[in-house]
Amino acid sequence: MKFLCLACDEVMAFAERQLPGDGTLTAVFTCPDCKREMALLTNPMETQMITSLGVEIGGRTVPQQPMQQTRMGLESPLEDAFEAPPTPPAADGPVTWSVEATERLENVPRFVRGMVKRIYAEYAMEREIREITPEIMDRARSDLGLEGM
Amino acid sequence: MGPTTGEPRKVRGYAEVSHETGSELLEQVLGQRARVSARLDTIGAVIAVASGKGGVGKSAVTANLAVSLARRGASVGVVDADLNGPSLGRMLGLRGSKLVDGSEGVVPPAGADGVLGMSSELLLKEDAPLRWKGPDSDRFIWQGVTEAAMLREFLSDVVWGELDYLLVDVPPGTDKIGRFLDLVPTPAGVLVVTIPSEVALSVVSRSVASLREAGVESIGIVGNMSGYSSPDAEHPLPLFSGDGIRRLTESTGLELWAEIPFDPGMGSRTDRGDPPGASDDSVFGRAFQALADRVEQGFGGREVAP
Ligand SMILES: Nc1ncnc2c1ncn2[C@@H]1O[C@H](COP(=O)(O)OP(=O)(O)OP(=O)(O)O)[C@@H](O)[C@H]1O
Ligand SMILES: [Mg+2]
Ligand SMILES: [Zn+2]
Repeated sequence: MKFLCLACDEVMAFAERQLPGDGTLTAVFTCPDCKREMALLTNPMETQMITSLGVEIGGRTVPQQPMQQTRMGLESPLEDAFEAPPTPPAADGPVTWSVEATERLENVPRFVRGMVKRIYAEYAMEREIREITPEIMDRARSDLGLEGM
Repeated sequence: MGPTTGEPRKVRGYAEVSHETGSELLEQVLGQRARVSARLDTIGAVIAVASGKGGVGKSAVTANLAVSLARRGASVGVVDADLNGPSLGRMLGLRGSKLVDGSEGVVPPAGADGVLGMSSELLLKEDAPLRWKGPDSDRFIWQGVTEAAMLREFLSDVVWGELDYLLVDVPPGTDKIGRFLDLVPTPAGVLVVTIPSEVALSVVSRSVASLREAGVESIGIVGNMSGYSSPDAEHPLPLFSGDGIRRLTESTGLELWAEIPFDPGMGSRTDRGDPPGASDDSVFGRAFQALADRVEQGFGGREVAP
């Protein structure tokens, strides 16, 4: 799926994705030349098709996490199916979590918590952020388009 | 609108622009496939246990074969591809075990004889059916696609490590064999489980045909419930009137790799999470001995000592 700006004969670039929460999806594309913007709106059925395939319009903002599709999609998951590794994975690197950020993470359902934690940690590491705070979490959510999480 | 005179307007088509920014959706799907093959790279042999027919003992054969191979020193993993009717969590004694969020992926628990296993039983609340979030109206349209994704994640996102064998218990339905082959197009082999009944014969024949159509040549037939036996019986008593196992091998030209009797004691041990496999000298035990031999030689997961 691509959009071609006919005035400029340029492929429009993906700019931003929004999930209003009613099962629909909004994806904004911009022409790199004339900067004209357009939005692609999909209904719940069309959105579901994309979700089922485990792909993201405009490309992935973060790499797909282990068993992400299963964990995001299951309706009656066994809450404590996953546990944290005995020693935190090296992938967490030097990133630390503030008390407030830790508290907020505790509110994430256990079934996806480990996965969500990893996404924030990867976000912070890529940007050389040392401490994850609620503000960083908010920024990550909007930068990465994690509205659904 | 468009021009009214002269040359028709030329709008560049998808193929003409796809190189400019990459084809993201397709690339993502291909990336998913690549992750499956990368993960399976460190596995000696991926073996499907299938039938097409329900209730013929695919799961019991998978569990008993897995422990038989493991007791010979092989490292073995099992994927329960029966996402809606999982039974390997129970049969391998994995229920209640936790998955670990490791840095390389999801670390599977080890069950009977150290066999690693992944089953939807580990992810769902007790007795909860496999259902997906999403609009209620079109639920069943997307179910197949979503289940294929779940199976893909069982293969690609689980830290299988270096295994000699990864056994995949494929649910009934010829379409489910196709779904597995979409993800693993060239398995080391497929064990096709059947029973003597005439009803099984036609269904299982179709499965063999669909495997061959997909280019799978390495197929072994496992005849299950071939007679009724108990630990002290010398020879099994007949259980079905049909002769379907022999007729299947004759019509397909495939070899019968093992003939497993119906042994109630062994069945209940399997269902309790303690599959006996080739543990003793009973007819049942000897059958799994023979099957493990054939798998070692025929599907070559492991360097067998000379
Ligand atoms: N040879 C056998 N001796 C004793 N019990 C057996 C034998 N084979 C299978 N069983 C038992 O029969 C029942 C059905 O077998 P199983 O669940 O393995 O079949 P299946 O082909 O996997 O079924 P489904 O198509 O539903 O997945 C189980 O309780 C199993 O332990
Ligand atoms: Mg089964
Ligand atoms: Zn433009």
